[in-house]
Amino acid sequence: MAGEATQQIDNSVLWGGGRSPFSVSYGKMMMWFFLISDALTFGGFLTALGFQRHHLEDVWPVTESIFYHFPGTHAHLPLIYVAFMTFILIISSVTMVLAVEAGHRMDQKSVVKWMALTVIGGAIFLGSQAWEWNTFINGSEFGAYEMADGTMARLDVDHTTHAESLVNLHSGDVITDQSIIEHVKENNTLVKGANLERNEYGPQLYANFFFFVTGFHGTHVLSGVIINLLILIRSAQGWYEKRGHYEMVEKVGLYWHFIDLVWVFVFTFFYLI
Amino acid sequence: MERDDIIEYSLDNHHNEEQGKKIRKKIYLVTALLSVVTIVEVAMVIIWGKAHIDVDGVGWLTIKSIFIILTMLKAAYIVMTFMHLGDERKSLRNIILIPYFIFIAYLIFILLVESSFIFDVKEAMGWI
Repeated sequence: MAGEATQQIDNSVLWGGGRSPFSVSYGKMMMWFFLISDALTFGGFLTALGFQRHHLEDVWPVTESIFYHFPGTHAHLPLIYVAFMTFILIISSVTMVLAVEAGHRMDQKSVVKWMALTVIGGAIFLGSQAWEWNTFINGSEFGAYEMADGTMARLDVDHTTHAESLVNLHSGDVITDQSIIEHVKENNTLVKGANLERNEYGPQLYANFFFFVTGFHGTHVLSGVIINLLILIRSAQGWYEKRGHYEMVEKVGLYWHFIDLVWVFVFTFFYLI
Repeated sequence: MERDDIIEYSLDNHHNEEQGKKIRKKIYLVTALLSVVTIVEVAMVIIWGKAHIDVDGVGWLTIKSIFIILTMLKAAYIVMTFMHLGDERKSLRNIILIPYFIFIAYLIFILLVESSFIFDVKEAMGWI
Protein backbone atom coordinates (compact mmCIF):
# COMPACT_ATOMS: atom_id res chain seq x y z
CA MET A 1 0.00 0.00 0.00
CA ALA A 2 1.85 3.02 -1.21
CA GLY A 3 -1.08 5.23 -2.09
CA GLU A 4 -1.21 8.97 -1.61
CA ALA A 5 -3.06 8.72 1.66
CA THR A 6 -0.37 6.68 3.38
CA GLN A 7 2.45 8.96 2.29
CA GLN A 8 3.78 11.63 4.55
CA ILE A 9 3.15 14.93 2.75
CA ASP A 10 5.39 17.88 3.38
CA ASN A 11 3.58 20.40 5.55
CA SER A 12 4.58 23.36 3.39
CA VAL A 13 2.44 22.24 0.45
CA LEU A 14 -0.68 21.80 2.57
CA TRP A 15 -3.04 24.62 3.33
CA GLY A 16 -1.56 24.81 6.80
CA GLY A 17 1.71 25.84 5.22
CA GLY A 18 2.77 29.21 3.93
CA ARG A 19 0.88 29.00 0.67
CA SER A 20 -2.81 28.80 0.08
CA PRO A 21 -5.22 28.85 -2.84
CA PHE A 22 -6.20 32.38 -3.87
CA SER A 23 -3.89 33.79 -1.17
CA VAL A 24 -6.59 33.69 1.46
CA SER A 25 -6.60 31.74 4.68
CA TYR A 26 -8.68 28.61 5.09
CA GLY A 27 -11.14 30.30 7.46
CA LYS A 28 -11.78 33.26 5.19
CA MET A 29 -12.27 31.01 2.19
CA MET A 30 -14.80 28.89 4.05
CA MET A 31 -16.62 32.01 5.23
CA TRP A 32 -16.95 33.06 1.60
CA PHE A 33 -18.26 29.61 0.65
CA PHE A 34 -20.81 29.77 3.45
CA LEU A 35 -21.87 33.25 2.34
CA ILE A 36 -22.42 32.05 -1.24
CA SER A 37 -24.73 29.27 -0.04
CA ASP A 38 -26.54 31.70 2.25
CA ALA A 39 -26.85 34.19 -0.59
CA LEU A 40 -28.47 31.46 -2.68
CA THR A 41 -31.05 30.90 0.08
CA PHE A 42 -31.93 34.59 0.18
CA GLY A 43 -31.83 34.75 -3.61
CA GLY A 44 -34.34 31.88 -3.62
CA PHE A 45 -36.59 33.73 -1.18
CA LEU A 46 -36.55 36.96 -3.14
CA THR A 47 -37.06 35.35 -6.55
CA ALA A 48 -39.96 33.35 -5.06
CA LEU A 49 -41.40 36.65 -3.86
CA GLY A 50 -40.99 38.03 -7.38
CA PHE A 51 -42.70 34.95 -8.83
CA GLN A 52 -45.76 35.21 -6.58
CA ARG A 53 -46.25 38.94 -6.75
CA HIS A 54 -45.82 39.02 -10.51
CA HIS A 55 -48.98 36.97 -11.05
CA LEU A 56 -50.79 38.56 -8.08
CA GLU A 57 -50.00 42.06 -9.35
CA ASP A 58 -53.73 42.94 -9.53
CA VAL A 59 -54.22 42.56 -5.76
CA TRP A 60 -50.72 43.06 -4.31
CA PRO A 61 -50.73 45.93 -1.78
CA VAL A 62 -48.65 49.11 -1.94
CA THR A 63 -46.06 49.09 0.86
CA GLU A 64 -46.23 52.87 1.41
CA SER A 65 -49.82 52.53 2.60
CA ILE A 66 -48.87 49.79 5.10
CA PHE A 67 -45.52 50.81 6.61
CA TYR A 68 -46.15 54.43 7.55
CA HIS A 69 -45.94 54.17 11.36
CA PHE A 70 -43.20 55.74 13.42
CA PRO A 71 -42.79 55.24 17.17
CA GLY A 72 -44.16 58.09 19.26
CA THR A 73 -46.18 59.77 16.54
CA HIS A 74 -49.45 59.26 14.66
CA ALA A 75 -48.15 61.09 11.61
CA HIS A 76 -48.30 59.38 8.21
CA LEU A 77 -44.62 58.78 7.36
CA PRO A 78 -44.41 56.21 4.55
CA LEU A 79 -41.33 53.95 4.76
CA ILE A 80 -39.41 56.42 6.94
CA TYR A 81 -38.98 53.90 9.75
CA VAL A 82 -37.74 51.21 7.35
CA ALA A 83 -35.30 53.75 5.91
CA PHE A 84 -34.11 54.44 9.45
CA MET A 85 -33.53 50.71 9.98
CA THR A 86 -31.60 50.53 6.70
CA PHE A 87 -29.49 53.46 7.79
CA ILE A 88 -28.73 51.84 11.19
CA LEU A 89 -27.58 48.67 9.45
CA ILE A 90 -25.37 50.59 7.00
CA ILE A 91 -23.77 52.53 9.88
CA SER A 92 -23.10 49.35 11.86
CA SER A 93 -21.54 47.90 8.71
CA VAL A 94 -19.26 50.95 8.58
CA THR A 95 -18.20 50.58 12.22
CA MET A 96 -17.47 46.93 11.48
CA VAL A 97 -15.20 47.75 8.53
CA LEU A 98 -13.46 50.34 10.73
CA ALA A 99 -12.87 47.59 13.34
CA VAL A 100 -11.32 45.40 10.62
CA GLU A 101 -9.12 48.31 9.53
CA ALA A 102 -8.02 48.93 13.15
CA GLY A 103 -7.23 45.21 13.42
CA HIS A 104 -4.85 45.50 10.49
CA ARG A 105 -2.98 48.18 12.44
CA MET A 106 -2.98 45.98 15.59
CA ASP A 107 -4.84 48.79 17.37
CA GLN A 108 -6.67 46.86 20.09
CA LYS A 109 -8.39 49.87 21.64
CA SER A 110 -9.97 50.95 18.36
CA VAL A 111 -11.04 47.39 17.51
CA VAL A 112 -12.88 47.13 20.83
CA LYS A 113 -14.48 50.56 20.35
CA TRP A 114 -15.73 49.89 16.81
CA MET A 115 -16.85 46.35 17.60
CA ALA A 116 -18.87 47.64 20.56
CA LEU A 117 -20.58 50.21 18.32
CA THR A 118 -21.33 47.46 15.78
CA VAL A 119 -23.00 45.34 18.45
CA ILE A 120 -25.07 48.35 19.58
CA GLY A 121 -26.13 49.06 15.99
CA GLY A 122 -27.20 45.45 15.51
CA ALA A 123 -29.18 45.53 18.75
CA ILE A 124 -30.99 48.72 17.68
CA PHE A 125 -31.89 47.08 14.37
CA LEU A 126 -33.26 44.00 16.15
CA GLY A 127 -35.35 46.19 18.45
CA SER A 128 -36.69 48.13 15.46
CA GLN A 129 -37.63 44.95 13.70
CA ALA A 130 -39.45 43.67 16.78
CA TRP A 131 -41.41 46.92 16.87
CA GLU A 132 -42.22 46.67 13.18
CA TRP A 133 -43.40 43.06 13.52
CA ASN A 134 -45.58 44.09 16.45
CA THR A 135 -47.13 46.90 14.40
CA PHE A 136 -47.66 44.62 11.41
CA ILE A 137 -49.23 41.79 13.44
CA ASN A 138 -51.57 44.07 15.39
CA GLY A 139 -52.65 45.80 12.21
CA SER A 140 -54.40 49.12 11.70
CA GLU A 141 -56.65 50.73 14.29
CA PHE A 142 -59.97 49.78 12.70
CA GLY A 143 -59.00 46.93 10.39
CA ALA A 144 -59.61 46.57 6.67
CA TYR A 145 -62.50 45.28 4.54
CA GLU A 146 -62.15 42.64 1.89
CA MET A 147 -63.34 44.09 -1.44
CA ALA A 148 -65.04 42.17 -4.23
CA ASP A 149 -61.97 42.31 -6.51
CA GLY A 150 -59.74 40.70 -3.86
CA THR A 151 -58.03 43.90 -2.72
CA MET A 152 -58.27 45.26 0.81
CA ALA A 153 -59.58 48.67 1.90
CA ARG A 154 -58.48 50.05 5.26
CA LEU A 155 -60.94 51.98 7.40
CA ASP A 156 -59.45 55.26 8.65
CA VAL A 157 -61.15 57.56 11.13
CA ASP A 158 -59.86 61.10 11.49
CA HIS A 159 -58.96 61.76 15.15
CA THR A 160 -60.34 65.30 15.22
CA THR A 161 -63.25 65.36 12.77
CA HIS A 162 -64.25 61.66 13.19
CA ALA A 163 -64.75 61.53 9.42
CA GLU A 164 -64.48 57.99 8.06
CA SER A 165 -62.67 57.02 4.88
CA LEU A 166 -61.66 53.83 3.09
CA VAL A 167 -58.12 53.58 1.68
CA ASN A 168 -57.61 50.90 -0.95
CA LEU A 169 -54.28 49.22 -0.14
CA HIS A 170 -53.72 48.12 -3.74
CA SER A 171 -54.46 51.28 -5.70
CA GLY A 172 -54.18 53.90 -2.95
CA ASP A 173 -57.66 55.25 -3.85
CA VAL A 174 -59.52 56.95 -1.00
CA ILE A 175 -63.31 56.68 -0.65
CA THR A 176 -64.97 59.35 1.48
CA ASP A 177 -68.58 58.88 0.29
CA GLN A 178 -70.46 57.95 3.48
CA SER A 179 -73.12 55.82 1.75
CA ILE A 180 -70.49 53.64 0.04
CA ILE A 181 -68.62 53.22 3.32
CA GLU A 182 -71.84 52.15 5.08
CA HIS A 183 -72.54 49.68 2.27
CA VAL A 184 -69.02 48.19 2.52
CA LYS A 185 -69.30 47.95 6.31
CA GLU A 186 -72.54 46.02 6.06
CA ASN A 187 -71.65 43.61 3.27
CA ASN A 188 -67.88 43.00 3.44
CA THR A 189 -65.79 41.01 5.90
CA LEU A 190 -63.63 42.93 8.33
CA VAL A 191 -60.07 41.65 8.83
CA LYS A 192 -57.80 43.02 11.51
CA GLY A 193 -54.09 42.31 11.87
CA ALA A 194 -51.92 39.80 10.07
CA ASN A 195 -50.54 36.36 10.82
CA LEU A 196 -50.10 33.13 8.86
CA GLU A 197 -53.90 32.61 8.66
CA ARG A 198 -55.31 36.05 7.91
CA ASN A 199 -53.93 39.27 6.53
CA GLU A 200 -55.61 42.64 6.46
CA TYR A 201 -53.15 44.07 3.91
CA GLY A 202 -53.83 41.93 0.86
CA PRO A 203 -53.22 38.37 -0.30
CA GLN A 204 -52.17 35.93 2.44
CA LEU A 205 -48.86 35.38 0.63
CA TYR A 206 -47.95 39.00 1.28
CA ALA A 207 -47.95 38.44 5.06
CA ASN A 208 -46.21 35.09 4.68
CA PHE A 209 -43.38 36.63 2.68
CA PHE A 210 -43.10 39.48 5.16
CA PHE A 211 -42.68 37.03 8.05
CA PHE A 212 -40.33 34.66 6.26
CA VAL A 213 -38.04 37.12 4.48
CA THR A 214 -37.64 39.67 7.29
CA GLY A 215 -37.74 36.89 9.89
CA PHE A 216 -34.98 34.92 8.20
CA HIS A 217 -32.94 38.08 7.87
CA GLY A 218 -33.66 39.01 11.51
CA THR A 219 -32.41 35.59 12.64
CA HIS A 220 -29.18 36.30 10.80
CA VAL A 221 -28.90 39.67 12.55
CA LEU A 222 -29.48 38.00 15.92
CA SER A 223 -26.75 35.41 15.36
CA GLY A 224 -24.50 38.15 13.94
CA VAL A 225 -24.92 40.25 17.09
CA ILE A 226 -24.10 37.25 19.29
CA ILE A 227 -21.00 36.35 17.24
CA ASN A 228 -19.87 39.99 17.20
CA LEU A 229 -20.29 40.15 20.96
CA LEU A 230 -18.10 37.06 21.43
CA ILE A 231 -15.40 38.50 19.18
CA LEU A 232 -15.66 41.82 21.02
CA ILE A 233 -15.07 40.08 24.36
CA ARG A 234 -12.09 38.18 22.98
CA SER A 235 -10.60 41.33 21.45
CA ALA A 236 -10.98 43.10 24.79
CA GLN A 237 -9.28 40.18 26.52
CA GLY A 238 -6.36 40.50 24.13
CA TRP A 239 -6.66 37.10 22.41
CA TYR A 240 -5.94 38.45 18.97
CA GLU A 241 -3.18 40.77 20.19
CA LYS A 242 -1.43 37.64 21.48
CA ARG A 243 -2.16 35.73 18.27
CA GLY A 244 -0.49 38.44 16.21
CA HIS A 245 -3.38 39.22 13.87
CA TYR A 246 -7.08 40.15 13.93
CA GLU A 247 -8.24 37.87 11.14
CA MET A 248 -11.13 36.64 13.26
CA VAL A 249 -12.56 40.18 13.27
CA GLU A 250 -12.24 40.21 9.49
CA LYS A 251 -14.12 36.91 9.18
CA VAL A 252 -17.06 37.93 11.34
CA GLY A 253 -16.91 41.24 9.50
CA LEU A 254 -17.61 39.40 6.24
CA TYR A 255 -20.70 37.84 7.80
CA TRP A 256 -21.91 41.17 9.18
CA HIS A 257 -21.48 42.95 5.82
CA PHE A 258 -23.36 40.13 4.18
CA ILE A 259 -26.33 40.80 6.50
CA ASP A 260 -26.25 44.45 5.43
CA LEU A 261 -26.02 43.36 1.79
CA VAL A 262 -29.11 41.14 2.13
CA TRP A 263 -31.08 43.96 3.76
CA VAL A 264 -30.27 46.26 0.83
CA PHE A 265 -32.02 43.75 -1.44
CA VAL A 266 -34.92 43.11 0.95
CA PHE A 267 -35.43 46.89 1.23
CA THR A 268 -35.67 47.25 -2.53
CA PHE A 269 -37.64 44.16 -3.47
CA PHE A 270 -39.99 43.98 -0.53
CA TYR A 271 -40.52 47.63 0.43
CA LEU A 272 -39.64 49.90 -2.50
CA ILE A 273 -40.94 48.06 -5.55
CA MET B 1 11.25 30.24 18.77
CA GLU B 2 9.32 30.34 15.55
CA ARG B 3 5.58 30.76 16.02
CA ASP B 4 3.51 28.36 13.94
CA ASP B 5 0.14 29.85 14.88
CA ILE B 6 0.71 33.07 12.93
CA ILE B 7 -0.64 32.77 9.41
CA GLU B 8 1.64 34.63 7.08
CA TYR B 9 -0.93 35.99 4.66
CA SER B 10 -2.90 37.42 7.56
CA LEU B 11 0.19 39.36 8.55
CA ASP B 12 0.57 40.48 4.93
CA ASN B 13 -2.68 42.34 5.40
CA HIS B 14 -1.21 44.55 8.10
CA HIS B 15 -0.75 48.19 7.25
CA ASN B 16 0.66 51.24 8.98
CA GLU B 17 -1.07 54.38 10.21
CA GLU B 18 -0.54 56.27 6.95
CA GLN B 19 -2.09 53.57 4.78
CA GLY B 20 -4.84 53.27 7.36
CA LYS B 21 -5.73 56.93 6.89
CA LYS B 22 -6.19 56.37 3.15
CA ILE B 23 -8.35 53.30 3.74
CA ARG B 24 -10.51 55.12 6.28
CA LYS B 25 -11.02 57.99 3.87
CA LYS B 26 -12.33 55.53 1.31
CA ILE B 27 -14.61 53.94 3.92
CA TYR B 28 -16.12 57.33 4.81
CA LEU B 29 -16.63 58.16 1.13
CA VAL B 30 -18.49 54.88 0.57
CA THR B 31 -20.57 55.52 3.70
CA ALA B 32 -21.62 58.91 2.34
CA LEU B 33 -22.50 57.34 -1.00
CA LEU B 34 -24.59 54.54 0.55
CA SER B 35 -26.47 57.02 2.77
CA VAL B 36 -27.19 59.40 -0.11
CA VAL B 37 -28.44 56.57 -2.33
CA THR B 38 -30.76 55.33 0.45
CA ILE B 39 -32.15 58.84 0.98
CA VAL B 40 -32.70 59.25 -2.78
CA GLU B 41 -34.54 55.91 -2.90
CA VAL B 42 -36.89 56.84 -0.07
CA ALA B 43 -37.52 60.28 -1.58
CA MET B 44 -38.31 58.64 -4.91
CA VAL B 45 -40.76 56.19 -3.39
CA ILE B 46 -42.56 58.99 -1.56
CA ILE B 47 -42.84 61.17 -4.66
CA TRP B 48 -43.20 58.56 -7.43
CA GLY B 49 -44.23 55.45 -5.48
CA LYS B 50 -46.79 52.93 -6.67
CA ALA B 51 -49.56 54.83 -4.90
CA HIS B 52 -48.95 57.97 -6.98
CA ILE B 53 -48.13 56.61 -10.39
CA ASP B 54 -49.81 54.58 -13.11
CA VAL B 55 -48.41 51.11 -12.44
CA ASP B 56 -48.99 49.94 -16.03
CA GLY B 57 -47.26 52.96 -17.57
CA VAL B 58 -43.68 53.59 -18.64
CA GLY B 59 -43.09 55.83 -15.62
CA TRP B 60 -43.32 53.03 -13.07
CA LEU B 61 -41.10 50.80 -15.22
CA THR B 62 -38.46 53.55 -15.23
CA ILE B 63 -38.71 54.07 -11.47
CA LYS B 64 -38.47 50.32 -10.89
CA SER B 65 -35.39 50.06 -13.11
CA ILE B 66 -33.75 52.97 -11.28
CA PHE B 67 -34.40 51.23 -7.95
CA ILE B 68 -32.79 48.04 -9.20
CA ILE B 69 -29.77 49.89 -10.62
CA LEU B 70 -29.28 51.82 -7.36
CA THR B 71 -29.55 48.57 -5.39
CA MET B 72 -26.91 46.94 -7.56
CA LEU B 73 -24.71 50.00 -7.06
CA LYS B 74 -25.06 49.78 -3.28
CA ALA B 75 -24.45 46.01 -3.34
CA ALA B 76 -21.33 46.46 -5.46
CA TYR B 77 -19.86 49.01 -3.05
CA ILE B 78 -20.64 46.82 -0.01
CA VAL B 79 -19.08 43.72 -1.58
CA MET B 80 -16.09 45.40 -3.18
CA THR B 81 -15.14 47.87 -0.42
CA PHE B 82 -16.63 46.69 2.87
CA MET B 83 -16.08 43.00 2.20
CA HIS B 84 -12.91 44.05 0.31
CA LEU B 85 -13.49 41.51 -2.41
CA GLY B 86 -12.08 44.14 -4.76
CA ASP B 87 -8.71 43.75 -3.05
CA GLU B 88 -8.65 39.96 -3.24
CA ARG B 89 -7.17 37.91 -6.07
CA LYS B 90 -9.11 38.14 -9.30
CA SER B 91 -9.54 34.36 -9.38
CA LEU B 92 -11.22 34.38 -5.95
CA ARG B 93 -13.53 37.21 -7.03
CA ASN B 94 -14.53 35.24 -10.10
CA ILE B 95 -15.26 31.93 -8.38
CA ILE B 96 -17.49 33.77 -5.91
CA LEU B 97 -19.40 36.06 -8.26
CA ILE B 98 -19.70 34.32 -11.64
CA PRO B 99 -21.45 31.05 -10.62
CA TYR B 100 -23.79 33.00 -8.37
CA PHE B 101 -24.83 35.46 -11.06
CA ILE B 102 -25.36 32.74 -13.65
CA PHE B 103 -27.59 30.77 -11.31
CA ILE B 104 -29.63 33.74 -10.07
CA ALA B 105 -30.08 35.12 -13.60
CA TYR B 106 -31.41 31.72 -14.66
CA LEU B 107 -33.72 31.53 -11.64
CA ILE B 108 -35.14 35.01 -12.23
CA PHE B 109 -35.69 34.29 -15.91
CA ILE B 110 -37.47 30.98 -15.37
CA LEU B 111 -39.70 32.23 -12.54
CA LEU B 112 -40.79 35.39 -14.39
CA VAL B 113 -41.67 33.33 -17.47
CA GLU B 114 -43.71 30.89 -15.38
CA SER B 115 -45.36 33.69 -13.43
CA SER B 116 -46.41 35.50 -16.62
CA PHE B 117 -47.91 32.24 -17.86
CA ILE B 118 -49.97 31.84 -14.65
CA PHE B 119 -51.16 35.43 -15.00
CA ASP B 120 -52.19 34.83 -18.62
CA VAL B 121 -54.11 31.70 -17.67
CA LYS B 122 -55.95 33.51 -14.89
CA GLU B 123 -56.83 36.29 -17.34
CA ALA B 124 -57.97 33.83 -20.01
CA MET B 125 -60.16 31.99 -17.49
CA GLY B 126 -61.69 35.29 -16.47
CA TRP B 127 -60.62 34.97 -12.83
CA ILE B 128 -59.29 38.51 -12.71
